[in-house]
Amino acid sequence: MSQGQLWEVFVRSRRGLSHTHVGSLHAPDAEMALRNARDLYTRRQEGVSIWVVPSTAVTASSPDEKDPFFAPAGDKPYRHPTFYEVPEGVRNL
Amino acid sequence: MTTARPETPAADAGPAEHLHAALALGDDALVLAQRLGEWTGNAPTLEEDVALTNIGLDLLGQARHLLGLVGDEDELAFHRDEREFRNLQLVEQPNGDFAHTIARQLYFSCAQSLVHRELAASDSPLAGLAGKTVHEVAYHRDHAVQWTLRLGDGTEESRTRMQRALDALWRYTGELFDPVPGLPVDLPALRAPWLRDVTEVVERATLRLPSGPDRAAWAAGGGRDGVHTEAFGRLLAEMQHLPRSHPGARW
Repeated sequence: MSQGQLWEVFVRSRRGLSHTHVGSLHAPDAEMALRNARDLYTRRQEGVSIWVVPSTAVTASSPDEKDPFFAPAGDKPYRHPTFYEVPEGVRNL
Repeated sequence: MTTARPETPAADAGPAEHLHAALALGDDALVLAQRLGEWTGNAPTLEEDVALTNIGLDLLGQARHLLGLVGDEDELAFHRDEREFRNLQLVEQPNGDFAHTIARQLYFSCAQSLVHRELAASDSPLAGLAGKTVHEVAYHRDHAVQWTLRLGDGTEESRTRMQRALDALWRYTGELFDPVPGLPVDLPALRAPWLRDVTEVVERATLRLPSGPDRAAWAAGGGRDGVHTEAFGRLLAEMQHLPRSHPGARW
Protein backbone atom coordinates (compact mmCIF):
# COMPACT_ATOMS: atom_id res chain seq x y z
CA MET A 1 0.00 0.00 0.00
CA SER A 2 1.38 3.41 -0.88
CA GLN A 3 1.95 5.83 1.95
CA GLY A 4 -0.32 8.48 0.48
CA GLN A 5 0.60 12.12 0.48
CA LEU A 6 2.08 14.15 3.31
CA TRP A 7 -0.16 16.34 5.52
CA GLU A 8 0.68 19.01 8.11
CA VAL A 9 -1.32 18.78 11.31
CA PHE A 10 -2.50 21.71 13.43
CA VAL A 11 -4.16 21.15 16.81
CA ARG A 12 -6.11 23.61 18.94
CA SER A 13 -5.38 22.57 22.50
CA ARG A 14 -8.12 24.57 24.19
CA ARG A 15 -10.95 26.85 23.21
CA GLY A 16 -9.67 30.37 22.75
CA LEU A 17 -6.17 29.35 21.66
CA SER A 18 -5.03 29.16 18.06
CA HIS A 19 -4.28 25.97 16.19
CA THR A 20 -0.59 25.09 16.56
CA HIS A 21 1.50 23.01 14.21
CA VAL A 22 2.20 19.67 15.89
CA GLY A 23 3.73 17.55 13.13
CA SER A 24 2.98 15.77 9.90
CA LEU A 25 1.68 12.41 8.73
CA HIS A 26 0.86 10.31 5.68
CA ALA A 27 -2.70 9.68 4.51
CA PRO A 28 -4.42 8.89 1.20
CA ASP A 29 -6.87 11.79 1.52
CA ALA A 30 -8.02 14.61 3.81
CA GLU A 31 -10.64 12.58 5.67
CA MET A 32 -8.15 9.86 6.54
CA ALA A 33 -5.55 12.48 7.41
CA LEU A 34 -7.96 13.91 10.01
CA ARG A 35 -8.52 10.48 11.51
CA ASN A 36 -4.82 9.65 11.56
CA ALA A 37 -4.16 12.99 13.22
CA ARG A 38 -6.74 12.17 15.87
CA ASP A 39 -4.94 8.89 16.58
CA LEU A 40 -1.39 10.25 16.42
CA TYR A 41 -1.66 13.67 18.02
CA THR A 42 -4.71 13.82 20.30
CA ARG A 43 -4.74 10.46 22.07
CA ARG A 44 -3.76 12.09 25.36
CA GLN A 45 -6.45 14.76 25.21
CA GLU A 46 -4.18 17.29 23.55
CA GLY A 47 -6.85 18.89 21.46
CA VAL A 48 -10.39 20.06 20.82
CA SER A 49 -9.99 20.77 17.10
CA ILE A 50 -7.71 19.58 14.30
CA TRP A 51 -6.75 21.04 10.92
CA VAL A 52 -4.92 19.07 8.27
CA VAL A 53 -3.31 20.80 5.29
CA PRO A 54 -1.54 19.14 2.36
CA SER A 55 2.17 19.74 2.86
CA THR A 56 2.40 20.78 -0.79
CA ALA A 57 0.09 23.72 0.00
CA VAL A 58 2.66 25.20 2.36
CA THR A 59 4.94 27.89 0.91
CA ALA A 60 8.00 28.16 3.11
CA SER A 61 10.61 30.89 3.41
CA SER A 62 13.97 29.85 2.07
CA PRO A 63 17.05 29.49 4.32
CA ASP A 64 18.97 31.53 1.68
CA GLU A 65 16.70 34.49 2.32
CA LYS A 66 17.05 34.25 6.08
CA ASP A 67 18.94 37.51 6.48
CA PRO A 68 16.80 39.75 4.28
CA PHE A 69 13.73 38.27 5.92
CA PHE A 70 14.62 38.29 9.58
CA ALA A 71 17.78 40.29 10.32
CA PRO A 72 16.21 43.77 9.93
CA ALA A 73 13.92 43.12 12.94
CA GLY A 74 16.93 42.54 15.19
CA ASP A 75 17.61 46.18 16.13
CA LYS A 76 14.05 47.43 16.46
CA PRO A 77 13.23 46.92 20.14
CA TYR A 78 10.45 49.54 19.88
CA ARG A 79 8.37 46.89 18.12
CA HIS A 80 8.15 44.88 21.35
CA PRO A 81 5.10 45.69 23.47
CA THR A 82 7.19 46.46 26.57
CA PHE A 83 6.00 50.02 27.14
CA TYR A 84 2.72 49.26 28.85
CA GLU A 85 1.47 47.01 31.60
CA VAL A 86 -0.31 43.83 30.64
CA PRO A 87 -3.56 43.77 32.63
CA GLU A 88 -3.71 41.08 35.29
CA GLY A 89 -5.49 37.93 34.26
CA VAL A 90 -4.52 38.17 30.58
CA ARG A 91 -2.59 35.00 29.99
CA ASN A 92 -2.56 34.72 26.23
CA LEU A 93 -1.87 38.03 24.56
CA MET B 1 -2.99 -28.00 32.83
CA THR B 2 -3.76 -27.75 36.52
CA THR B 3 -5.23 -24.27 36.71
CA ALA B 4 -8.45 -23.75 38.60
CA ARG B 5 -11.56 -23.39 36.49
CA PRO B 6 -12.88 -19.89 36.94
CA GLU B 7 -16.48 -19.58 37.90
CA THR B 8 -18.70 -19.32 34.88
CA PRO B 9 -21.91 -17.75 36.12
CA ALA B 10 -25.04 -19.70 35.35
CA ALA B 11 -27.37 -18.20 32.80
CA ASP B 12 -30.25 -18.02 35.27
CA ALA B 13 -28.36 -16.92 38.34
CA GLY B 14 -30.80 -14.12 39.14
CA PRO B 15 -29.06 -10.94 40.30
CA ALA B 16 -25.71 -12.09 38.87
CA GLU B 17 -27.22 -12.89 35.47
CA HIS B 18 -25.53 -9.87 33.95
CA LEU B 19 -22.18 -11.52 34.67
CA HIS B 20 -22.91 -14.08 32.00
CA ALA B 21 -23.27 -11.21 29.53
CA ALA B 22 -20.18 -9.50 30.93
CA LEU B 23 -18.17 -12.64 30.24
CA ALA B 24 -19.44 -12.91 26.66
CA LEU B 25 -18.86 -9.23 25.82
CA GLY B 26 -15.59 -9.20 27.75
CA ASP B 27 -14.25 -12.19 25.82
CA ASP B 28 -15.26 -10.55 22.51
CA ALA B 29 -13.29 -7.45 23.45
CA LEU B 30 -10.29 -9.36 24.80
CA VAL B 31 -9.89 -11.64 21.80
CA LEU B 32 -10.37 -8.88 19.23
CA ALA B 33 -7.88 -6.71 21.15
CA GLN B 34 -5.35 -9.57 20.94
CA ARG B 35 -5.94 -9.91 17.19
CA LEU B 36 -5.53 -6.17 16.60
CA GLY B 37 -2.40 -6.19 18.74
CA GLU B 38 -0.86 -8.57 16.21
CA TRP B 39 -0.75 -5.64 13.76
CA THR B 40 1.53 -3.65 16.05
CA GLY B 41 4.71 -3.09 14.10
CA ASN B 42 3.22 -4.84 11.03
CA ALA B 43 0.50 -2.51 9.75
CA PRO B 44 0.75 -1.16 6.17
CA THR B 45 1.70 2.33 7.37
CA LEU B 46 2.92 3.83 10.63
CA GLU B 47 -0.31 5.82 10.94
CA GLU B 48 -2.46 2.71 10.55
CA ASP B 49 -0.28 0.87 13.03
CA VAL B 50 -1.21 3.44 15.67
CA ALA B 51 -4.88 3.47 14.64
CA LEU B 52 -5.31 -0.31 14.94
CA THR B 53 -3.36 -0.41 18.18
CA ASN B 54 -5.53 2.39 19.61
CA ILE B 55 -8.67 0.44 18.74
CA GLY B 56 -7.16 -2.68 20.27
CA LEU B 57 -6.35 -0.80 23.47
CA ASP B 58 -9.90 0.59 23.66
CA LEU B 59 -11.18 -2.98 23.44
CA LEU B 60 -8.67 -4.17 26.02
CA GLY B 61 -10.00 -1.49 28.36
CA GLN B 62 -13.54 -2.81 27.85
CA ALA B 63 -12.33 -6.37 28.42
CA ARG B 64 -10.56 -5.48 31.66
CA HIS B 65 -13.66 -3.78 33.02
CA LEU B 66 -16.04 -6.57 32.01
CA LEU B 67 -13.85 -9.49 33.08
CA GLY B 68 -13.08 -7.63 36.29
CA LEU B 69 -16.79 -7.83 37.12
CA VAL B 70 -16.77 -11.59 36.61
CA GLY B 71 -13.63 -12.40 38.57
CA ASP B 72 -9.88 -11.89 38.46
CA GLU B 73 -9.17 -10.45 35.01
CA ASP B 74 -5.72 -12.05 34.64
CA GLU B 75 -6.93 -15.42 35.84
CA LEU B 76 -9.77 -15.27 33.30
CA ALA B 77 -7.60 -14.09 30.42
CA PHE B 78 -4.58 -16.30 30.93
CA HIS B 79 -5.75 -19.42 32.71
CA ARG B 80 -8.88 -20.49 30.91
CA ASP B 81 -8.77 -23.10 28.17
CA GLU B 82 -10.30 -22.74 24.73
CA ARG B 83 -13.69 -24.27 25.56
CA GLU B 84 -14.19 -21.84 28.45
CA PHE B 85 -14.02 -18.72 26.28
CA ARG B 86 -17.40 -17.26 25.32
CA ASN B 87 -16.33 -14.94 22.48
CA LEU B 88 -17.86 -14.93 19.02
CA GLN B 89 -16.04 -16.92 16.37
CA LEU B 90 -15.91 -13.74 14.26
CA VAL B 91 -13.46 -11.95 16.55
CA GLU B 92 -11.03 -14.88 16.70
CA GLN B 93 -10.65 -15.08 12.91
CA PRO B 94 -7.07 -14.46 11.79
CA ASN B 95 -6.08 -10.98 10.65
CA GLY B 96 -5.46 -12.22 7.10
CA ASP B 97 -4.60 -9.36 4.78
CA PHE B 98 -5.53 -5.78 5.71
CA ALA B 99 -8.91 -6.15 3.96
CA HIS B 100 -9.81 -9.15 6.17
CA THR B 101 -9.02 -7.14 9.27
CA ILE B 102 -11.18 -4.27 8.02
CA ALA B 103 -14.09 -6.56 7.08
CA ARG B 104 -13.95 -8.15 10.56
CA GLN B 105 -13.91 -4.67 12.11
CA LEU B 106 -16.82 -3.55 9.94
CA TYR B 107 -19.07 -6.50 10.80
CA PHE B 108 -18.17 -6.42 14.48
CA SER B 109 -18.14 -2.71 15.21
CA CYS B 110 -21.40 -2.04 13.34
CA ALA B 111 -23.03 -4.62 15.62
CA GLN B 112 -21.18 -3.50 18.73
CA SER B 113 -22.24 0.11 18.28
CA LEU B 114 -25.92 -0.94 18.10
CA VAL B 115 -25.54 -3.21 21.14
CA HIS B 116 -23.73 -0.67 23.29
CA ARG B 117 -26.24 2.05 22.46
CA GLU B 118 -29.13 -0.15 23.64
CA LEU B 119 -27.18 -1.38 26.62
CA ALA B 120 -26.37 2.18 27.68
CA ALA B 121 -30.09 2.98 27.73
CA SER B 122 -30.98 -0.13 29.75
CA ASP B 123 -31.08 -0.55 33.52
CA SER B 124 -28.42 -3.29 33.39
CA PRO B 125 -25.40 -3.01 35.72
CA LEU B 126 -23.43 -2.89 32.46
CA ALA B 127 -25.19 0.29 31.31
CA GLY B 128 -22.55 2.52 32.91
CA LEU B 129 -19.72 0.94 30.94
CA ALA B 130 -21.71 1.02 27.70
CA GLY B 131 -22.41 4.72 28.26
CA LYS B 132 -18.66 5.34 28.29
CA THR B 133 -17.79 3.09 25.36
CA VAL B 134 -20.44 4.39 22.96
CA HIS B 135 -18.08 7.09 21.64
CA GLU B 136 -15.06 4.86 21.22
CA VAL B 137 -17.11 2.18 19.50
CA ALA B 138 -18.53 4.84 17.15
CA TYR B 139 -14.96 5.68 16.21
CA HIS B 140 -14.04 2.02 15.59
CA ARG B 141 -17.04 1.77 13.31
CA ASP B 142 -16.10 4.94 11.46
CA HIS B 143 -12.53 3.67 10.99
CA ALA B 144 -13.80 0.43 9.42
CA VAL B 145 -16.33 2.29 7.25
CA GLN B 146 -13.73 4.72 5.91
CA TRP B 147 -11.35 1.90 4.96
CA THR B 148 -14.10 -0.24 3.43
CA LEU B 149 -15.02 2.69 1.17
CA ARG B 150 -11.42 3.30 0.16
CA LEU B 151 -10.48 -0.33 -0.44
CA GLY B 152 -13.73 -1.12 -2.26
CA ASP B 153 -13.65 1.97 -4.41
CA GLY B 154 -9.85 1.93 -4.72
CA THR B 155 -7.70 -0.09 -7.11
CA GLU B 156 -8.66 -3.33 -8.84
CA GLU B 157 -6.45 -5.19 -6.36
CA SER B 158 -7.88 -3.56 -3.23
CA ARG B 159 -11.41 -4.05 -4.51
CA THR B 160 -10.88 -7.78 -5.16
CA ARG B 161 -9.32 -8.27 -1.73
CA MET B 162 -12.05 -6.33 0.09
CA GLN B 163 -14.80 -8.33 -1.61
CA ARG B 164 -12.99 -11.59 -0.84
CA ALA B 165 -12.72 -10.57 2.82
CA LEU B 166 -16.41 -9.64 3.11
CA ASP B 167 -17.35 -12.98 1.54
CA ALA B 168 -14.98 -15.02 3.71
CA LEU B 169 -16.17 -13.59 7.02
CA TRP B 170 -19.87 -13.46 6.22
CA ARG B 171 -20.45 -16.95 7.63
CA TYR B 172 -19.48 -15.69 11.10
CA THR B 173 -21.98 -12.82 11.19
CA GLY B 174 -25.11 -14.81 12.14
CA GLU B 175 -23.73 -15.45 15.59
CA LEU B 176 -23.58 -11.71 16.31
CA PHE B 177 -27.35 -11.75 16.84
CA ASP B 178 -27.84 -14.88 18.90
CA PRO B 179 -29.41 -13.97 22.26
CA VAL B 180 -26.98 -13.64 25.17
CA PRO B 181 -28.52 -14.53 28.54
CA GLY B 182 -28.24 -11.63 30.96
CA LEU B 183 -27.90 -9.04 28.22
CA PRO B 184 -31.00 -6.82 28.19
CA VAL B 185 -30.74 -6.23 24.46
CA ASP B 186 -32.94 -7.90 21.87
CA LEU B 187 -30.06 -9.10 19.70
CA PRO B 188 -32.12 -10.88 17.00
CA ALA B 189 -34.02 -7.61 16.47
CA LEU B 190 -30.74 -5.78 15.84
CA ARG B 191 -29.92 -7.85 12.78
CA ALA B 192 -32.18 -5.76 10.53
CA PRO B 193 -30.63 -2.36 11.43
CA TRP B 194 -27.15 -3.94 11.27
CA LEU B 195 -27.85 -5.32 7.82
CA ARG B 196 -29.11 -1.91 6.72
CA ASP B 197 -25.94 -0.20 8.02
CA VAL B 198 -23.56 -2.74 6.48
CA THR B 199 -25.43 -2.83 3.16
CA GLU B 200 -25.28 0.94 2.89
CA VAL B 201 -21.50 0.98 3.42
CA VAL B 202 -20.82 -1.99 1.15
CA GLU B 203 -22.87 -0.49 -1.68
CA ARG B 204 -21.21 2.90 -1.32
CA ALA B 205 -17.90 1.05 -1.57
CA THR B 206 -19.14 -0.38 -4.92
CA LEU B 207 -18.98 -3.89 -3.43
CA ARG B 208 -21.75 -6.45 -3.05
CA LEU B 209 -23.11 -7.94 0.12
CA PRO B 210 -22.27 -11.67 0.36
CA SER B 211 -25.28 -13.86 -0.40
CA GLY B 212 -24.23 -17.14 1.27
CA PRO B 213 -25.42 -18.45 4.65
CA ASP B 214 -24.44 -16.26 7.60
CA ARG B 215 -23.32 -19.23 9.68
CA ALA B 216 -21.37 -22.35 8.88
CA ALA B 217 -23.19 -25.68 9.12
CA TRP B 218 -20.60 -27.04 11.56
CA ALA B 219 -20.71 -23.98 13.81
CA ALA B 220 -23.25 -25.71 16.08
CA GLY B 221 -23.60 -23.65 19.21
CA GLY B 222 -20.74 -21.42 18.22
CA GLY B 223 -18.37 -19.32 20.26
CA ARG B 224 -20.90 -18.40 22.94
CA ASP B 225 -21.00 -22.10 23.88
CA GLY B 226 -17.22 -22.40 23.86
CA VAL B 227 -17.00 -23.95 20.39
CA HIS B 228 -14.19 -22.22 18.56
CA THR B 229 -12.42 -22.37 15.23
CA GLU B 230 -9.01 -23.80 14.51
CA ALA B 231 -7.14 -20.48 14.64
CA PHE B 232 -8.29 -19.73 18.18
CA GLY B 233 -5.99 -22.28 19.82
CA ARG B 234 -2.93 -20.60 18.33
CA LEU B 235 -4.15 -17.18 19.43
CA LEU B 236 -4.55 -18.44 23.00
CA ALA B 237 -1.15 -20.14 22.93
CA GLU B 238 0.50 -16.84 22.05
CA MET B 239 -1.58 -14.82 24.51
CA GLN B 240 -1.23 -17.22 27.43
CA HIS B 241 2.14 -18.90 27.17
CA LEU B 242 4.10 -16.36 29.21
CA PRO B 243 1.92 -16.24 32.35
CA ARG B 244 1.45 -20.01 32.15
CA SER B 245 5.15 -20.86 31.83
CA HIS B 246 6.19 -18.26 34.42
CA PRO B 247 3.35 -18.11 36.95
CA GLY B 248 3.30 -14.85 38.84
CA ALA B 249 5.75 -13.19 36.43
CA ARG B 250 5.59 -9.38 36.53
CA TRP B 251 6.99 -6.66 34.30
